Order: sequence, then structure tokens, then C-alpha cells
Amino acid sequence: MQQALRIPVSSVEETDGKDAIGPAEAFRPVRKPSVSPAKPETRGLPLVIRDLRKSFGDNQVLRGIELEIPAGQFVAIVGQSGCGKSTLLRLIAGLDKPTSGTISFGDTAARSEDIRVMFQEPRLLPWARVLANAEVGLGRDRKAAGAHDRAKQALEEVGLAEKRDQWPSVLSGGQKQRVALARALVSGPRLLAFDEPLGALDALTRIAMQRLLERVWIDQTFTAILVTHDVAEAVALADRVLVIEDGRVAEDISVDLPRPRRRGSAELATLEGSILGQLLGPGTAG
Amino acid sequence: MSLIESLPKVRKLTVPKADGLLPWLVPLAILLVWQAASVAGFVSPRVLPAPSDVARAGWKLLWSGELGRNIWVSFWRASIGFLIGGSIGFAFGLANGLSQLSSKLTDTTLQMVRNVPHLALIPLVILWFGIDESAKLFLVALGVFFPVYLNTLHGIRTVDPQLIEMGRVYGMTDGELFRRVIFPGALPSIFVGLRFALGIMWLTLIVAETIAASSGLGYMAMQAREFMQIDVVVLSILIYALLGKLADSASRLLERLTLSWHPAFSKH
Ligand SMILES: Nc1ncnc2c1ncn2[C@@H]1O[C@H](COP(=O)(O)OP(=O)(O)O)[C@@H](O)[C@H]1O
Ligand SMILES: [Mg+2]
Repeated sequence: MQQALRIPVSSVEETDGKDAIGPAEAFRPVRKPSVSPAKPETRGLPLVIRDLRKSFGDNQVLRGIELEIPAGQFVAIVGQSGCGKSTLLRLIAGLDKPTSGTISFGDTAARSEDIRVMFQEPRLLPWARVLANAEVGLGRDRKAAGAHDRAKQALEEVGLAEKRDQWPSVLSGGQKQRVALARALVSGPRLLAFDEPLGALDALTRIAMQRLLERVWIDQTFTAILVTHDVAEAVALADRVLVIEDGRVAEDISVDLPRPRRRGSAELATLEGSILGQLLGPGTAG
Repeated sequence: MSLIESLPKVRKLTVPKADGLLPWLVPLAILLVWQAASVAGFVSPRVLPAPSDVARAGWKLLWSGELGRNIWVSFWRASIGFLIGGSIGFAFGLANGLSQLSSKLTDTTLQMVRNVPHLALIPLVILWFGIDESAKLFLVALGVFFPVYLNTLHGIRTVDPQLIEMGRVYGMTDGELFRRVIFPGALPSIFVGLRFALGIMWLTLIVAETIAASSGLGYMAMQAREFMQIDVVVLSILIYALLGKLADSASRLLERLTLSWHPAFSKH
């Protein structure tokens, strides 16, 4: 699975392609390191998972996941391909039922609009224009007054306001993913789960998208769970990186580096190296 | 940019505005050659009358009102038969595409019936209905049923499951899911069925009217054969071709209007 763990050129700082998002002027000043259990100003949902198991027939994919994610945290999940990352995410998003164990979202009863998923594929409706696709994300509020405006605002957030009357087929891969992001954001979710959303993008577009993700996460203060096979992406974005192995959380690494993080910095590289070592198993570490 | 992507642009560059006339160039040329061959005496009028003779025969029949009546009768049979067979096929396609139970219950039976060529039923149908209208309608409806059924079913079954999952994640109800995801996703395939069905509709009608009818274009052609009016026979065949083309154009137009999102149908 070397292929899956390959890291893109991360020394490129500035991108100016079709999908570039523009200067990161929206970044706030350096945040506090993420050691505190919950960020005071967040509206994210906390997540508690206890002894979560999931089997497909004889195949025990998840074998007792224990996990607590404070509200508003940005968590990245890495692991070998096929280790059950997507399965875990689908359980969190309620797309699948666990074999046993519990998943709870703090003490408030979460509405379905509070939890959103973004998949590796944009999954846009090809027969709906960009704006209508973004509106899909409103769920049951779709018919409420102001649905249009909310969708337009979400498109603005991802920098695609001027594309709202286009068919998805004319957009680039990165632009499609941004529409998918707008659709996920439009309901103001309190927990957003990403299943390798940038996996299919080229390196430059990917970096631009990573910045966009970080910016909207800072703006909207949701709890973010990002599944990725790109360890550099995980350490660049997350407060905390979880390594899944043998169906359990094998490693829980907090990334206490200030934002915005400079790609290619020595600290990130060190962290990335040690996580990669863990992933590739003993002998390869170093 | 790949070659495929660039193809539509290339086409746009090389085809001028006379776009709409171009497809008619070849039929027109054939007509001219045919006329010339008839006038020059290469083709005996007993084998193939000149286009001008066919036109004259058409003119005469038009004035007597016979042509209009027969076209109308055929058109009526075609549309009613199509409507009946098409709606039943569509309904079964929807039901079997959406419901496992319905599919288990009826699909195998329908697949078996499909293997009987519907035109083989003509003797039976004549015994049942005589040469009544219902005989023709039954045959057309039966012929139209299968392409519509099969393609509707196929369209619904092959809607991208990822899109369906997406719809569910975003809280679409079953009705919304059908309206916004499943039906639009199945539409291209449904149109394929529609076009097939239109072809079968005319074919069935021609055969049925030729064998068992007392009005309609097929009947007109058979009558003309008895009186050796070969120009009227040729006229009927040409009108069938024209009506078939018309039906096809109508379905294409509908396709273009409803599938404008599809890269293959978008104009710009
Ligand atoms: N719906 C399913 N039915 C059967 N097996 C499944 C299903 N979904 C996932 N699996 C299996 O579960 C394992 C983990 O899959 P997945 O969660 O997609 O891995 P990852 O996302 O980490 O690459 C794989 O072995 C896969 O074959
Ligand atoms: Mg996966």
C-alpha cells in the first residue's frame, strides 16, 4: 500500500491554478493549542464512541473503537487502505448500523442536518444546476424561505458564486468538490465528516482545497473528522491525528502547532515521518 | 484537453449555419436521380413510378379526402396503441425497478412473454378481435410495451447508487428521491426505450394494416396493389417513412429539452 501513502509535493506554497482559492486573508490570528477539552466559542458537536464494532459477515472490520472528540476539534484519521476508515465514518454519519457499541453526540439530540458527510466523489446531481445542488444540502429546510440565499451564501463561501447557473458537467474536479463542500456547509452542520474528499484531485488543487477546508472550519467552528491517506494533509490540517490499525485506534497524536501552518516546515515533517513509520510498520520506521 | 472533449468544438467550427438543410441533401439527390432515371426511361413505370407520378397520385388522393382520412386513422391507431402500451410498460418498469417484490413477481413472466415475437400473434389476434380497431391497438400496444418496459427498468436499476445514498444522507423523502434523483437518472435510458418503441410502433402498424384492416395507410397500399396503382403503393411507403421520421424528430426534441444537462445534448 505504498501507493496509498505517497505524499504529494508539499513544498509548493502558492498555487494559481483554476482551483486556487485566493489569499488566505480569512485566517484568524494564531489559535490556542488544542489541549483544552472543548473550544469555548464552538458550536460543534462533541462525539463519544464506546466499544464500536462492525463486521461484514466474518470480516471484523472495527473491533472496539474508543474515541472522544471534543466539540469543534479537527481530527484526522489515517490508516492502511481497507482498515475501516470509511466504515467508521459511515457509522458516525448514520449511513450504516454498528454491530455493537455506541456513538453519541454530547448530550443534545443531534438533528440530521447537524451532521454532514463529504465523500471522495462530489456526487452532484448532473441534472441540477450548481445552485440547486447546493440547495440539496438544506435537507428539510429546502422549501423554507431564504433557501436560495443560504445556498448562494454557501457557494460564495467556497468561491463559486459566479458558477451557480452552470451544469456540474462543465466544472473541473476541484470546482465540483467545492460545490459538494458548499452543499455540506449550507445547513450549518455541527459535525462534518470528510471521506478522502481530496483524494482524486491533483496536488496543487488539493493544497488549495486544504486551505479552503481549514478556512471554513475556522469560520464555522464545526467538529471536523477528516479521513485521508495523505499523512502530510493530516498533520497540516488536524488538531489531532488518529491511526487506525486492526480495527482499533492504535495511535492518538495531538498536533499542537499554531495555524496557519507552513507546509514543509521541520515540525510538520518530523511528525509526518513518525506517523508514516507507525503506518508502515516496524522496520520501516526511522 | 482530451480529443473527445474537443470534438464538439471542432464540429461547431466546420459545420456552417446551413446545418438544418444538410441531412436532407442526400434524400433530395436520390429523388432527383430517380426522377431523371424515370424520365429517361431507365426505370419502367410498372416497376417504379417517377416521383412526379407519385406526387400527382398523392395530390389526387389528398383532394378526394382519402389520403387525409387514412393518414389520420393510422396516426390515431399508432398514438393510442403507443399510449396504452407505453404507459403499461412504463408503469411496470417503474414498479419493478423500485420494488423488489414486484420485480420478483412479474419480471420473469414478462421476460418469457418478451421472447414471443408479437407479430406471430397476428392470426390469434384476428381470431380474437376480427379486423376490428382493437386488433391493431392490441398489437401496437404489445409491441411498444417491451422496449419501454425494459429500458425504464434498466434506467432505474442503473441510477448511480452513490447519488441515491447522497439523497438519503441529505434527508430526501422517497418521493423527493424519485423526483430529484431516480427519475432524472433513468431518463436517458427511458428515451432510448421510447425511440425503439416508436420504430416498433410503425412496423407493427404497417404489418397489421396490411393484413387485417379496412382503413389506414397499410390498407390503402393493399387496395392500390389490387388495382395495380403502383404510384399509390409507393406513396404509402413514403408517407410511412415520413411519419416515422416525424415521430423520431419529436422524441429527439423532447430529449434535447429534458436532457439539456447532459454533455451529449448540451448546445453550448
Ligand atoms: N458494505 C460492505 N460489505 C462488505 N464488506 C465491506 C463493506 N464495506 C466495507 N467492507 C469491507 O470493510 C473493510 C474496510 O473497508 P473501508 O472502511 O472502506 O476501508 P478504508 O476506507 O479504510 O479503505 C474492507 O475490507 C472492505 O472490504
Ligand atoms: Mg475508504
